[in-house]
Amino acid sequence: MAIQTPNGFTLDTSGKRVVVDPLTRIEGHMRCEVNVDANNMITNAVSTGTMWRGLEVILKGRDPRDAWAFTQRICGVCTGTHALTSVRAVEDALKINIPENANSIRNIMQLSLQIHDHLVHFYHLHALDWVNPVHALKADPKATSELQKATSPRHPKSSPGYFRDVQNRLKKFVESGQLGPFKNGYWDNPAYLLPPEANLMAVTHYLEALDFQSQIMKTRVIFGGKDPHPNWLVGGVPCAINVHGEGAVGAINMERLNFVSSIIDQSTEFIENVYIPDIIAIGSFYKSWLYGGGISGKSVLAYGDIPDHANDYSPKNLLMPSGAVINGNLKEVHPVDLRDPTQIQEFVPHSWYTYPDEKKGLHPWDGITEPNYVLGPKTKGTRTNIQQIDESGKYSWIKAPRWKGHAMEVGPLARYVVGYASGHKEITEQINGVLKALDVPVTALFSTLGRTAARALEAQWCCHKQRYFMDKLIANIKAGDSSTANVDRWEPKTWPKDVKGVGFTEAPRGALAHWIKIKDTRIDNYQCVVPTTWNGSPRDHAGNIGAFEASLMNTKVERAEEPVEILRTIHSFDPCLACSTHVMGEDGRELAKVTVR
Amino acid sequence: MTETFYDVLRRQGISRRSFLKFCSLTAASLGLGPEFAPTMAHALETKPRTPVLWLHGLECTCCSEAFIRSAHPLASDVILSMISLDYDDTIMAAAGHQAEAIVEEVVAKYKGNYLLAVEGNPPLNADGMYCIIGGKPFLDQLRFAAKDCKAIISWGSCASWGCVQAARPNPTQAVPVHKVIRDKPIIKVPGCPPIPEVMTAVVTYMATFDKIPELDRQGRPKMFYSQRIHDKCYRRPHFDAGQFVEAWDDDGARRGYCLYKMGCKGPTTYNACSTTRWMGGLSFPIQSGHGCIGCSEDGFWDNGSFYNRLSDIHQFGIESNADKVGATAAGVVGAAVAAHAAVSAIKRARQNGGNE
Repeated sequence: MAIQTPNGFTLDTSGKRVVVDPLTRIEGHMRCEVNVDANNMITNAVSTGTMWRGLEVILKGRDPRDAWAFTQRICGVCTGTHALTSVRAVEDALKINIPENANSIRNIMQLSLQIHDHLVHFYHLHALDWVNPVHALKADPKATSELQKATSPRHPKSSPGYFRDVQNRLKKFVESGQLGPFKNGYWDNPAYLLPPEANLMAVTHYLEALDFQSQIMKTRVIFGGKDPHPNWLVGGVPCAINVHGEGAVGAINMERLNFVSSIIDQSTEFIENVYIPDIIAIGSFYKSWLYGGGISGKSVLAYGDIPDHANDYSPKNLLMPSGAVINGNLKEVHPVDLRDPTQIQEFVPHSWYTYPDEKKGLHPWDGITEPNYVLGPKTKGTRTNIQQIDESGKYSWIKAPRWKGHAMEVGPLARYVVGYASGHKEITEQINGVLKALDVPVTALFSTLGRTAARALEAQWCCHKQRYFMDKLIANIKAGDSSTANVDRWEPKTWPKDVKGVGFTEAPRGALAHWIKIKDTRIDNYQCVVPTTWNGSPRDHAGNIGAFEASLMNTKVERAEEPVEILRTIHSFDPCLACSTHVMGEDGRELAKVTVR
Repeated sequence: MTETFYDVLRRQGISRRSFLKFCSLTAASLGLGPEFAPTMAHALETKPRTPVLWLHGLECTCCSEAFIRSAHPLASDVILSMISLDYDDTIMAAAGHQAEAIVEEVVAKYKGNYLLAVEGNPPLNADGMYCIIGGKPFLDQLRFAAKDCKAIISWGSCASWGCVQAARPNPTQAVPVHKVIRDKPIIKVPGCPPIPEVMTAVVTYMATFDKIPELDRQGRPKMFYSQRIHDKCYRRPHFDAGQFVEAWDDDGARRGYCLYKMGCKGPTTYNACSTTRWMGGLSFPIQSGHGCIGCSEDGFWDNGSFYNRLSDIHQFGIESNADKVGATAAGVVGAAVAAHAAVSAIKRARQNGGNE
């Protein structure tokens, strides 16, 4: 009873069904079900977004200048990227140009997010899929010290005594019987391949990264006043610059700029001395575990981001690459047009929404979203106690977006594949460097490990771009320009009656765009298509499976009842479910109220 | 055996002297006098780590992200040394039924002695299935975990008030924790997100004094939520002098003048941002040039644009120092602020009269 999907996968549901719910160490809530055959190979995969908040209907009728604050609350992990996307969408609709300094400051803030998000994702959401803290207890601290010095000679914390202290701390923690976040892990599963010393080194860096990560976001506290959820502004940035005159202490002054500059240096040092060497070290023990590629070698999508100069969002001005690769043809990178109604469309036949005609997709400017929680006829369990999903029916709070009909993967790997295919110099050098260090062919990129490595390389790239924009900001101020906001169209009375716009960024998890319609100075329609909507998409009208589902196919699991391999591959996408599942369109009727017993 | 916080520090190679110093610093960061340091030291020396179940409903995870940004104490010290964070689906190693088993185990083993921390809130529409955990409504998990807990911490504005998903028209009918759990003490720590050091201070306070902090009528710790941003704002003298930012990036903005006319909600927002500030005291929204949007107040999303002046806003929220001021006082405060701004504007106009 195998089924062929149009995008090249063979689904077979005859084997044992395994359910993982909640799928932890992600942002938000999701469920995953797979079938495994007699050899423990995954033969079918089903991913379900299990939350929905309905933010866009909440936005309808509000002041477009406020939309950044609402959409920023779509996600507190990739905090700010929705806000930036939102102010860009409003500025596009109202034809507002921002000052050069505002562009530099926004880029520094966005790059901080990328660096922070990637680092925290790897150590605190993903590492425990590769690293076994219990095995770290068996490590020799002296050998660990040697491993540390060999992998990262410049990292100062490398003495045998240091690793012995950490090991003792860990030992007592384990012996206390209160295992906290490590409780019920899969610590005797043979899927863990690291030697004890590499485990100890990685656990040590788990702790170092946890203590360090907040530093990275201090740039955003300086420019945005707080983090998570700093402040943004349609027309520029809210922080004024005053480095020369009276009252400079009330604005971005030399002390503040020095602080940001110092944070950039510290971040770069940590990423280059800890994160990158760990990826290489851990990767070298797992380089034969090349499962999880899914559609990354076939169909990837990036919108691009980090405009070099202000107000130019064309691909040539974007330092992060844009484009689409389809059918695995790396020789051709297709341009992507977010305004073209035939390119990006969302489908709902397997999503808990309803369309007048569910065979057709809708472009976000014309998006409709009406929630419709119904389960397929073969569901096991009840409406409020699902034992097993029926993927032939509706089965997820995530819609199915498609680019010209293709299911696409987005994210760091997609950006790096697009960059590699389009000859992006810095990205190509980074990729070639890591392939050489691990002695693997370029096809190794299309894997769980490739996704994890691309994320680390991108964090490093972002560090250097932060420095670039810091230098640019200082140079521009030195040239006499301290401007940070354009207020020509701040007042709603200056706005046209009926306009629409689109804004986009590359969020840490992938391509993100917001589409807005403004009518009589109020939001008339607001739609977001977010990275995890792409990656976590359920099946579409034609039966194509999404990136998460595809990535799990044909993976061998050591023990079906312990989902280490499933976690490993799904985590490599850095899922963000609060982002993906909030989408709602024009139908803003208030739903029936329920009395709580 | 379970070890105490002091044991944990000692085996990390921390001397007793450093430990006592830590206690007095922590006491100070809680706004307590040095005489409290020995109490804190005694508590940390003798108690096993309190088990904590940290559940996530409809939310954006900004509260967890804020928590890990705490400068003092560091999140790693809280998680590894002060509490036993047995369930938190954002960072826990286990997944699926192995994760769910932990909730059941802690509820059974530590009946009445574990803390429940809630980030986000439960939706009631669609039979609760707008937020599904383990195939069932999040509301079921929340009720099960709440049944035998000692107390509940409602992290952030979602759990405390409802926040963004509960903004009009609240399509999922998301409700704050206290609307569905009525028989447990609830400590509300609002903010979107709350200040990182306020979050860790609330946890440290409870671990240290083994009691719930003193709460105001709305359930917020008085030590952090009893004064308005405006009361302690370093830009307050500019408000009093009638010096306002009139447009973004104008001369007043570059001099750090008051943001009242740009819509700042500091005068009606109860929080510690202007005193504790963010991430080790580095800055807060007003210091970085944007008005306060009032993110720790109930219903702050539905009070008109963030850029409208308070005087233009009808029925601004619920005035929150509820022990002293009733709900009707909001209008009075708003009017008083407006009148004051007008007076200062006139004063300033007179001063600048010759130039205009």
